[in-house]
Amino acid sequence: MGVRGFNMKFGVVVFPGSNCDDDMIHVLGTVMQQEVVKLWHKETELSGFGKGDCIVLPGGFSYGDYLRAGAIARFSPIMKSVIEFANNGGYVLGVCNGFQVACEAGLLPGVLLRNSNQKFICKNVHLKTLTNNAAITSNINLEQPLLVPIAHAEGRYLADDDTLKSLEENDQILFKYCDKNGNASDEANPNGSTNNIAGICNANRNVFGMMPHPERASEKVLGNDDGRIMFESLIGLMVDA
Amino acid sequence: MQITEPQVNLEVAKNLGLTEEEFNKIQEIMGRMPNFTELSIYSVMWSEHCSYKNSITLLKTLPTDGDNMLVEAGEENAGLIDIGGGLGCVFKIESHNHPSAIEPYQGAATGVGGIHRDIFTMGARPIAALNSLRFGNLDNKHTQHLVKGVVSGIGDYGNCFGVPVVGGEVYFNDCYNQNILVNAMSVGIVKAGETCSACADGPGNPVFIVGSATGKDGIHGATFASADLTEDSADDLPAVQVGDPFQEKLLLEASLEAIQTGAVVGMQDMGAAGITCSTSEMSAKSKTGMKINLDKVPTRQANMQPFEILLSESQERMLIVGEKGKEHLLEAVFDKWDLECELIGEVTNTGMIEYHSQGKIIAEVNADSLVLGGGAPIYTRETSLPKYFEKIKAFNIDNIVEPTNILESAKNLFASPNIVSKRWVYEQYDSMVRTNSLSTNQPSDAALVRVKGTNKALAVTTDCNSAYVYSDPYKGAMIAVAEAARNITCSGGVPAAITNCLNFGNPYNPEVYYQFTNAIKGMGEACRKFNTPVTGGNVSFYNQTVLPEGTEPVYPTPTIGMLGILDDYKNQMTLDFKAEGDLIFMLGNAKNDISSSEYLRIEHDIHHSPTPHFELEEEFELQKSIQTLILKKLVASVHDISEGGLFVTLMESGMVGNLGFNINTDPAFRKDAYLFGEAQSRVVVSIKSENEVAFLQFLEEQNIAKTKLGKVFGSKVTIDDKEFGEMNEWKNVYDNTLKNKLEE
Repeated sequence: MGVRGFNMKFGVVVFPGSNCDDDMIHVLGTVMQQEVVKLWHKETELSGFGKGDCIVLPGGFSYGDYLRAGAIARFSPIMKSVIEFANNGGYVLGVCNGFQVACEAGLLPGVLLRNSNQKFICKNVHLKTLTNNAAITSNINLEQPLLVPIAHAEGRYLADDDTLKSLEENDQILFKYCDKNGNASDEANPNGSTNNIAGICNANRNVFGMMPHPERASEKVLGNDDGRIMFESLIGLMVDA
Repeated sequence: MQITEPQVNLEVAKNLGLTEEEFNKIQEIMGRMPNFTELSIYSVMWSEHCSYKNSITLLKTLPTDGDNMLVEAGEENAGLIDIGGGLGCVFKIESHNHPSAIEPYQGAATGVGGIHRDIFTMGARPIAALNSLRFGNLDNKHTQHLVKGVVSGIGDYGNCFGVPVVGGEVYFNDCYNQNILVNAMSVGIVKAGETCSACADGPGNPVFIVGSATGKDGIHGATFASADLTEDSADDLPAVQVGDPFQEKLLLEASLEAIQTGAVVGMQDMGAAGITCSTSEMSAKSKTGMKINLDKVPTRQANMQPFEILLSESQERMLIVGEKGKEHLLEAVFDKWDLECELIGEVTNTGMIEYHSQGKIIAEVNADSLVLGGGAPIYTRETSLPKYFEKIKAFNIDNIVEPTNILESAKNLFASPNIVSKRWVYEQYDSMVRTNSLSTNQPSDAALVRVKGTNKALAVTTDCNSAYVYSDPYKGAMIAVAEAARNITCSGGVPAAITNCLNFGNPYNPEVYYQFTNAIKGMGEACRKFNTPVTGGNVSFYNQTVLPEGTEPVYPTPTIGMLGILDDYKNQMTLDFKAEGDLIFMLGNAKNDISSSEYLRIEHDIHHSPTPHFELEEEFELQKSIQTLILKKLVASVHDISEGGLFVTLMESGMVGNLGFNINTDPAFRKDAYLFGEAQSRVVVSIKSENEVAFLQFLEEQNIAKTKLGKVFGSKVTIDDKEFGEMNEWKNVYDNTLKNKLEE
């Protein structure tokens, strides 16, 4: 399979307690062949990144998830620059703990609460993609559910009715938990998320957040590469089968 | 506040767990009466937990040498195996039984933290975790409480730390009702030449304590772990430590970065006996000494006494000996990670450890006299043939009535907590972080972990059927090694080395010491056969319940943690049936054998019978052939026969892809033995029909017994033309039984 497309620069933020930073760097760099650098959370400069580049807030347990997941990381020095970068139209992707940080930082609406079964859950789940109108979903077949793992204790998405309404009206809901046939049923909802919401974007469509881990499902050797298409979409890669 | 230390006498020594003989020996070594702090130091360092005094003589009979060993057992915190390509694998298993029995959540969590520290203190990055858990009867409310606590403790610690749990085992048996077993294993990778030693070379070099501050938790934890669990043990709660996985994650990153600066001479984590153990072991190893100022140690509480600081088992701490003149390099790394890094003393050439506080020497002890291999006592205990062996001898299969309804028996057996899926447990563990877990989506008998940047994968497993060891400690321990090797072989790997966690009762009980002695013998023999040296591990004695009528030891449980290597991860073999029409074979010999089977316990309530059939040579030959069959790509799935026998093995291969099977049993054998017996050295394989000729020819050449059982077919289970129902229905029981029991 040959890949050709745009070169995109990625910066993966390392908070104290991030533990999916290396996984993200592996997929973006080694698997997707993009330029990727680690960004220590105490840094404040993002001058090397342009509008077409992407800052990733990876999974993990920033600050041990003490207090509330993501609640302390939003005060890390780098976050001020990340918010500024996003406000200037740069791409920001938050996965799992990164989604929690993005919500806490106000980059995305809503909050992520403790799973309804009160337990950490690690398993593969099916995702229904609701729109192609986002850089990260542009190449995804909406009819074909993706199998992507989750691994979190606080992934129950919650937002007030007005927010939910505007998310729907603006086509900001990217992924919903579903069964293997694409039905977003209660049984297919692993954590009690409102309306089965698994991933969203902001109104400007340049900040993405999701609980599932596409970086854990992007290589054939792992027996599942359903998540890879999210990175391919984001990078704008044209894939020759 | 002035607190005077207790006067030292024999009674005080005995209260600290020392014998009269040991108390006398201490006075002899010191040439004077020790003070209370010094006596406390000896009591923890000479405790079973730190000194291995009742086991070391026997442990030394185990094979510790191999072509690929870079560090042998006992030399460092864990063994180190050369996996080729300039990489080493560090791995070890350790128990945290007593703390987990008292406080399951923290006990299990700190067990995980402790074993990971053993790995990264050597400079290796942990990439996989496993665990081996033993609980009592699952119908007991107390057991359910322990299961929930242990599982969330392991999960919360490991998930935050960011190392996947890739494998393990969970067993339930009444013998563990009060004394559960929690054994945790960590596997790490290090570049050759970047390892770090637990030494204190170079008098004059600075000594740092890094990581968390020191609190009052876990004082005398090692002594606590070296005594019987009693009803009063809950009063020892302060002896249980509290874990902070976030601190551990920071400590991991900072420690590995610190090693990279070149400023680290030696490093050792603080586990049992805290500062005492790390200072004395590192000094003894380098034949140096240390001068330590306890006033410099960051503490969590005010007014901590010097002996409390010395013995605290607060977690997430390391002792580092730095290179003089490079202190600033170390301090910069720990500052970056917002961790404490305090200069608390220096290396000396006196052979003595001096602990200072408020300008005075509060304890002065000879380092070598404290440690294993130095002055620590060594004993061999009496043995006697266990009385229960009589009951085992009396077992006769002919007295066991064959079931009239084999389907009913299959259903009962299949719903046993020991047989059903442990999904409820493992879904609470992050099994995929680090994106190296090859067997999450492609299940195999051992867990396979890719080594990034190479074509290699590690195959890892923990195994021990303690009922077999109870029946015959010698043979049972051999089977534990053989089964671990079989799991690795069936996954496409080649067994390389083991670590062991030896969980036994009180060594002063001659029957327990008989079990221990013979288990070591069997383990050694099997390890020599499979060329899998023992790289290290730990011994946990005193696992028993004190009842009004006497003590009841747990089943002897020598858990084997085995490492195997796949030179090319593409040779991974999986256990699931692949396609309808594939032929199903059993390799190895069928036997009229139901001994020590789960079936015998579940269906007949019989708990005393011999070990199932096992011959080391036969097992070895079978495994060699399977390795070749996999490399020749003649098999589509490989799954070994273990608990629950052939029936459960077939079900496990079918359920993954919802593929049924149609097989026939052999009327020359009892049907219950054929389907549910646990005779060893048997494996189920499925093959493409076009490979049958080559497959049979190879087995003929190798002289391996085989039986054509039938084929992969439809979505139903069919045995001897009788329908056993839909695979989906069985899977429902398999997936949900534990959940239903634990969340009812």
